[in-house]
Amino acid sequence: MDCKTHICVRNLSLSYGRTPALKNVSVDIPDRQITAIIGPSGCGKSTLLKCFNRLIDSDEEVRVSGSVLVDGEDVLDPRTEVTHIRKKMGLLFQRPYPLPMSIYDNVAYGPRIHGVRDRRTLDSIVERRLKESSLWNEVKDRLNEPATRLSIGQQQRLCLARGLAVEPDIILADEPSSALDPASSQRIEQRFLELKETYTIVIVTHILRQARRLADRVVFLYLGELIEEGPADEFFSHPKERLTEDYISGTIS
Amino acid sequence: MDRRKTEEGIFKGVMIASTLVILGTLALILGTILARGLPALDLAMITQTPKGGFYLGKEGGVLNAIVGSLYLAGGATLLAFLAGLPIAFYLTIYARKSSRLASLTRFSLDVLWGVPSIVYGAFGFTIMMLLGLRASLLAGIIAVALLILPIMTRAMDEVIRAVPRELLDASYALGTTRLETATRVLARQALPGILTAVLIAFGRGIGDAASVIFTAGFTDHIPTSLSQPAATLPLAIFFQLGTPVPEVQERAYASALILTFIILIISAVARLTAARQARHVVR
Amino acid sequence: MGITIVAGLIVIAMILGLYVRSRPILEIEPLSRLVFSSEWRPLSGKFGLLPFITGTLWVTGGAVAIAVPLSLLAAIYLSEYAHRRVREWTKPLIDLLSGIPSVVYGVWGVLVVVPIIKDHLAPAVGSFSTGYCVLAGSIVLAVMITPIIMHVSIEVLRTVPRELRDASLALGATRWQGIKHAVLRRAAPGVTAATVLGLSRAFGETMAVLMVVGNVARTPSSLLDPAYPLPALIANNYGEMMSVPLYDSALLLACLVLLLVVLAFNIASRVVLVRMERSTQ
Repeated sequence: MDCKTHICVRNLSLSYGRTPALKNVSVDIPDRQITAIIGPSGCGKSTLLKCFNRLIDSDEEVRVSGSVLVDGEDVLDPRTEVTHIRKKMGLLFQRPYPLPMSIYDNVAYGPRIHGVRDRRTLDSIVERRLKESSLWNEVKDRLNEPATRLSIGQQQRLCLARGLAVEPDIILADEPSSALDPASSQRIEQRFLELKETYTIVIVTHILRQARRLADRVVFLYLGELIEEGPADEFFSHPKERLTEDYISGTIS
Repeated sequence: MDRRKTEEGIFKGVMIASTLVILGTLALILGTILARGLPALDLAMITQTPKGGFYLGKEGGVLNAIVGSLYLAGGATLLAFLAGLPIAFYLTIYARKSSRLASLTRFSLDVLWGVPSIVYGAFGFTIMMLLGLRASLLAGIIAVALLILPIMTRAMDEVIRAVPRELLDASYALGTTRLETATRVLARQALPGILTAVLIAFGRGIGDAASVIFTAGFTDHIPTSLSQPAATLPLAIFFQLGTPVPEVQERAYASALILTFIILIISAVARLTAARQARHVVR
Repeated sequence: MGITIVAGLIVIAMILGLYVRSRPILEIEPLSRLVFSSEWRPLSGKFGLLPFITGTLWVTGGAVAIAVPLSLLAAIYLSEYAHRRVREWTKPLIDLLSGIPSVVYGVWGVLVVVPIIKDHLAPAVGSFSTGYCVLAGSIVLAVMITPIIMHVSIEVLRTVPRELRDASLALGATRWQGIKHAVLRRAAPGVTAATVLGLSRAFGETMAVLMVVGNVARTPSSLLDPAYPLPALIANNYGEMMSVPLYDSALLLACLVLLLVVLAFNIASRVVLVRMERSTQ
C-alpha cells in the first residue's frame, strides 16, 4: 500500500477486551512537522500514540487490527523487531519518569542498551542531547547526581534528552506539559518548535491553545473515531465538521 | 541485539525454572505426606485415644490430639477474635485517618506478626511458673491466642479498610451512631473477609507446636476441663516421630497427614466463603 | 480502644519479663562471656551460648542463600512476565506452602531431605553425614521462608509505576534490560526488606529445623555437620531446666536474645516497606 508520509495509519482499530478504543482510524503524519492529536479525554489519543511504538504490547487483552506504517514498514506486524521500531521514536510521558539513576546515566541509558560502550562517545552524546533540550547549563556540574533531585520541569527536559539520545526520527509526546508549571511548559514548547526542523513530532494534547501555538497539522479524535484532520490554519478557522466546531468553541470538551 | 535476546532468554529460563522448583517442592511435600501417611492411616487412628502400649506400637489412635488441637485452636481463635475485632474496628472507624495511635498500632501488629512462636511459648511458661500454674488447655489457648492475634487483626484490618467510605457515610447520614454502623453495615460488608481472616488464623494456630510445647503439655486423654493438659496434633507428630519403634513412626506420618488434611480443608473453606459470600456484598 | 493499647504493650511486657528472668545469670557471668563461650555444660554451671548462636547463623544463612535467589527469580517472573492466569493460579499455591505447619515440614525433612543428604549428597562430595545437618535445616527453612519473600517481593514490584517500565521500553530496551536496570533498582529497598523479613522468620523457626538439624552443641564447621540453633535449644531443654540452677535463666536469656534480634530485623524491614508504600501515594 502506498505511503508517502513518515507515518501512515490505515484502518486501525483497537479494543481493550470488549471496549473499543480506536475505531477504524486512518491518517497520515507528515515529516518534519508538528502534528497535534486533540480531542476530549478518553477518546483514544494516547492509545493511538502508544500504537506507534507498540507500547500497547504491555497491556493485556488488547486486540488490534489494521496497520501502522513507519517509513514503509508495518509496525504492527508481529514479525517486526519491536526494539528496532522503538529506537526510531522517542516518547515523552505526561509526568516525567526519570530512571532511578544519575542524570548522566539517564541520558546514557539508551545508547548503552544499544551497545555503545566507549566513555568518550557517551560523554559527547550526553552533552549534545542535554544541550538540545536546553538543560545542559543547569546540570553540567552535577551530572552524577540522582535525576530525582531535579525540578519537574527539568526532569521533563531530561526525559526529552534521554529520548533523543537514541537518535530517533520521530518524537512522540503524550500531554508533555500537563504536569508542568507555565514557565517550564513554555520552555518545552519552544524546544519542540526548534526540534521540528530535524524530527517529526506528534503531540497529544487536550489544551487547544497549545495546539494552536505549535501545530502544523491537527488530527481530531472523538470517542475513538477520527473526525477531522488537516493543516492547522484551515482546521482552526474553517472546521469542516460540526463536532469539530463544537469542540473548538468549547461547547463540548 | 542477539546478545540481548539471549541474555533475556537465559534469565527467563532460569526464572521459570525457579518457579517450577518452588511449585514442585510443594507437590513433593504434599505427595510425600500422602504417600507415607495414607498406608498407616486407619479408622482407629482417628477415632480412638492412645490405648495401652500406643507408644510401643500397640493399639489406639490420636483422637486425643485431634480433639485437643481443635479445642485449643478453637479457643485461641475465639479469644483472639474477641480481642482483635474491637481493635480492627477501632483502627478504621473510631480513629481518625491520621491518628498516631492507629498507625503505631498497625505498625506494632506488623512487628508482632514476626515474633517466633517459641518466644510466646517460653514467655507463657514463665508466667505460668510465676503464677504457679501447671500445663493446661487454658495456658495453651492463651499462648496461641497471643500468637495469632496479630495475624487475625491485621487481616481483618485490611478487609475493613477496604469497605468503601461512601457506604459508611451513607449510614452515618441516616443518623446512626458509630457503633451501630460498625455492627450492622460494616460487619455485613466485611463479613466474608473477616471470616477468611478467622479461618487463616485458626489454621496457623492449629499447626503450631512451639507455643504449646510448654504451655499445654501433653496427655493421652481428651481434656474435659480448661485446667487439664491437652494433647495437640503437632506435638503428637513430634513425639511419635521421635520414638525408635517403626510402627509408631508410621503413625507419625499418618498424624501428619491428618493435620495437613485439616489445614487444606480450612484453606479451601476460607477461599470458598470469601468467594460465595461476596454475593451479598456491595461492590 | 483500651484493648489496642494493651496489645501494643504486650511486646514490651514480654521483653521486660524475659529480661527480668535472665537477670540471675547475668549477675554471675558477664554477658560477653555467655555469648562468646563455647562450653555448654549446664550441670557444671557452664552456659556458653556461642555454639548455638553460630549454629543459628549457619542454618539461617544457608536458608537465605538458597531461598533468596529462588524466590526473587520466581517473583520477577510472576510479576513481570507471566500471564495473568498463571499468576492467579500460582499465588494460592504459594499461600498454601506458607500454611503448611512446621512439624509437617519437619516430617518431610526427615523423610526426604535427610536421606538424600546421607545417601547421595554426602558421598558425592566424598564425605560422611548422618543427614541431620546444617544443610538439611537450611533446605527445609529455605522452603518455609520462600512464600514470604515471594509475597512481599511481588507486592514491592507492583509498586513500581508502570510508566517506568514503559519509559525503558520506549527507548528500545528489552524487557529484561528494563527490569535489570530500572525496575530492580527502584524496588531494591523493598526487596531487601522482603529478604530481611524472611531472614527473621528463619531465625525464629523452631520445630522443623529441630527435627532435621542434629542438635549437637558444637559450632559446625561445614554444611554437613550437625548444629544446634537457639530456638531448638530452648525447645529441647525447657522441661529439664527447673532441676538445674540458673538453667532457666540461661535459656530465657537465649530467648531474649532471639526476640530482640527478630524484633530488630522486623522493625527495620517494616519501616522500609512503609516508606516504599508511601512514596507511591
